[in-house]
Amino acid sequence: MPDQSHQGSAQTPFIAMREITKTFPGVVANDQINFDVYRSEIHALLGENGAGKSTLVKILYGYYRADAGRILLDGKPVSIRSPQDARRANIGMVFQEFTLIPALSVAENIALFLPELPAVLNRREIHRQIQALSERYELHVDPQVMVAGLSVGERQKVEILKLLLSNARILILDEPTRVLAPHEVVALFRVLDHLRQDGYAIILITHKVKEVLQCADRITVLRAGRVAGSLPRAEADEGKLVTLMFGRELVGPKAGRQKARDEAVPPLLELRGVETRAEGAETSLKGIDLRVYPGEIVGVAGVSGNGQRELGDIVLGMIRCARGKKLLFGEDLTHASIGTVRRRGVAFVPEDPLTMAAVPFMTVLENMALTRTWHYARSGGFRVDWQAIRSDVQDAMGRFGFSFPLYAPARALSGGNLQRMTIVRELAHGPRLIIASYPTRGLDVQSAIAARQALIQARDDGAGVLLISEDLEELFALSDRLIVLYGGRIVGTFRPEETDAYTVGHLMTGAEVQHV
Amino acid sequence: MTLLSVLGVISSAIFSGTSLLYTTLGEVITERSGIVNLGLEGVLLVSASTGFAVASLTGNPYLGVLAAALAGGLMNLILGYLVVTRRGNQLASGLALMFFGFGLSALIGKPYVGAKIKGLPRILLPGLQELPRLYASLFRFDLLIYLVIPAAVLVWWLLFRTRWGLGLRAVGESADTAFASGRNPWLIRYQALFVGGLLAGLGAAHLSIAYAMNWTEYMTAGRGFIAVALVIFSKWHPLRAIVGALLFSAAVAFQLLLQSSGIKVSPFLLDTIPYLLTLLVLIIWGGTRKHAAPASLGRVYHGTE
Ligand SMILES: Nc1ncnc2c1ncn2[C@@H]1O[C@H](COP(=O)(O)OP(=O)(O)OP(=O)(O)O)[C@@H](O)[C@H]1O
Ligand SMILES: [Mg+2]
Repeated sequence: MPDQSHQGSAQTPFIAMREITKTFPGVVANDQINFDVYRSEIHALLGENGAGKSTLVKILYGYYRADAGRILLDGKPVSIRSPQDARRANIGMVFQEFTLIPALSVAENIALFLPELPAVLNRREIHRQIQALSERYELHVDPQVMVAGLSVGERQKVEILKLLLSNARILILDEPTRVLAPHEVVALFRVLDHLRQDGYAIILITHKVKEVLQCADRITVLRAGRVAGSLPRAEADEGKLVTLMFGRELVGPKAGRQKARDEAVPPLLELRGVETRAEGAETSLKGIDLRVYPGEIVGVAGVSGNGQRELGDIVLGMIRCARGKKLLFGEDLTHASIGTVRRRGVAFVPEDPLTMAAVPFMTVLENMALTRTWHYARSGGFRVDWQAIRSDVQDAMGRFGFSFPLYAPARALSGGNLQRMTIVRELAHGPRLIIASYPTRGLDVQSAIAARQALIQARDDGAGVLLISEDLEELFALSDRLIVLYGGRIVGTFRPEETDAYTVGHLMTGAEVQHV
Repeated sequence: MTLLSVLGVISSAIFSGTSLLYTTLGEVITERSGIVNLGLEGVLLVSASTGFAVASLTGNPYLGVLAAALAGGLMNLILGYLVVTRRGNQLASGLALMFFGFGLSALIGKPYVGAKIKGLPRILLPGLQELPRLYASLFRFDLLIYLVIPAAVLVWWLLFRTRWGLGLRAVGESADTAFASGRNPWLIRYQALFVGGLLAGLGAAHLSIAYAMNWTEYMTAGRGFIAVALVIFSKWHPLRAIVGALLFSAAVAFQLLLQSSGIKVSPFLLDTIPYLLTLLVLIIWGGTRKHAAPASLGRVYHGTE
């Protein structure tokens, strides 16, 4: 047994980061940051998009190397130059962007991160470990399926399992709740609470101030790469934290319901008895009848993995209808290409922007041009008008109040900036129909408000919006009509003012389906 | 066509398919780690000439095999230096390696053109002692032939059942993720190249020390490129590579048989049969999601800042 004298002492922090500085070309991501985490503590990191949260924890995990600064473990300096060093120091991390390999199975992905993996794999033993832990913490996944077929919610569960199985004592979770359904968030916080009681140190990054006030012991706020403040939960409240994050208080969006709809107007989108055939772990849609009219926001509620992704994909044309018809703007486009659909004026914000909306190795500006190359092509397609693209993008950024670097490769953007990029690109050109999947995921409070405002603006300008979300508050605030998806079927249609979150939440879990 | 000629086709498919299969297995390993080796032709030539030279000098064919394998591993490490450490483009570096191999092998092999060596001893398949001599001679195989299928199974086991294989495949799919899991993607790619080179070296050794038992310049005749194609054909899977290598070699042998049996078809047309067959299979099987190439194949790993 090692010397116990300095272990578990309440005075020395488990981890102390001292004057950490890190610059990327053109930005100081971390500027002399001091950050302490104690045993049996959940320490929340808050801050707006691009504030430097992910950079700081990646330095702690050895994924990036700081330009300057020290890290102390139990008061003793340690050198963490790679994830290998960090893992040896019992530090584990769930990354904001997924570190799962789609072509491998869930079990293989988890095995990759197991600390004491034997040289010859014992698959039965790995499956047993996964199953035992997933039952204990209510994180259910099938270890045998390929990750490629999982929804983002399921992927997040795999990431958390990976962390819990890695024997780490210092756990870093970068926006783990971003893609989880409300009941899963509750379950996760229960897990974290257990771990805290067992003496673990936990670093939690999130944009949801309410969550922070629920479960954190201490809260540190970053702003533009510096520590804006650090306070115990007892002293924190929502207003204080928001002011620390943005330097001012925020006003919510003015939703205002849609005016009475003119029933004679033809729908923008009409799905008639649409069905899909599932592949792998996908959910097949069954008998979907859905209309979206101009000037309305149709909210789609449901636990992820119940057909939301397929619904968005089918409208855009990424997957084929096995049966049924899809009409867009009165035209039968059941078998049309994505290009045709987009050119008719359909915008699409997908659920996972890094893999589905961006080419990671191209610059942001190139990514911005990607969906409208036909618009910017000159000299018969031999030249691209970059000038026009840049001025369009800057103009749109101004309108939305978003800013992000234009010449960095997309993979270097912070998670929230990538989401901002996607939203600007998709909403900038006056689309007639918007399919928005989890549009505010990963956005800070202020940007989320701006994104919602942009959707409302588009609706008021006469566009139709299909808003897919797990955030019931958001759905109730924005939707003019609400449908609930469960198991690939529409199991309920409501006007938000005529129902409540409780009813919808129940339908989402399939609870009432048997009784209806 | 007689029974003898059919058996002859099978026998010669096995002989020429063996070197192809070893080479393909080696390339499966390197490509699974994310590196495509277009210089394989040069690697084979250097291995074949080195192995032949050592076998001739020492009089011991097994030492020749060992030397050929090591030469293959070292040649692949040169590629590693170019594409892993210097972060060069894989296709350009591979082609450079090929030309380097052409020159180097000619240099090594020059004194041994026309030399005679004691080839790898051949052992009759047990149970075939009763056959007439002519038939039996078709089925006297050397050790490398007997070991090639077990080698394919071994490669499969390494890739899919060991920690090393898991890490290697992870690097080929996403080097960033492999790094996040505490691995060193650069080191793993070097290891994959070395092991892949050893296997290619065995293939080359079989060609010059066991099958042809002589050295001529450019004796590999495109096998390196065929192996790269066979890796695609076998969808990066070592067991499917067995089928690919045998099918391809059988097509070559059959085509030789047709030519010798005096059927009036242009020999140039017949020459294309094996390649047409490969194309056909590629078209029919196509690329499905489950059998797609490793996601980072050909991509430079830059590391993190
Ligand atoms: N690999 C990189 N190369 C270049 N710039 C980077 C890189 N990683 C991060 N940055 C920049 O550093 C800044 C901080 O990014 P970071 O990811 O730490 O933000 P964050 O606080 O996690 O934001 P979010 O809430 O959006 O995830 C951003 O301006 C980002 O563009
Ligand atoms: Mg982040």
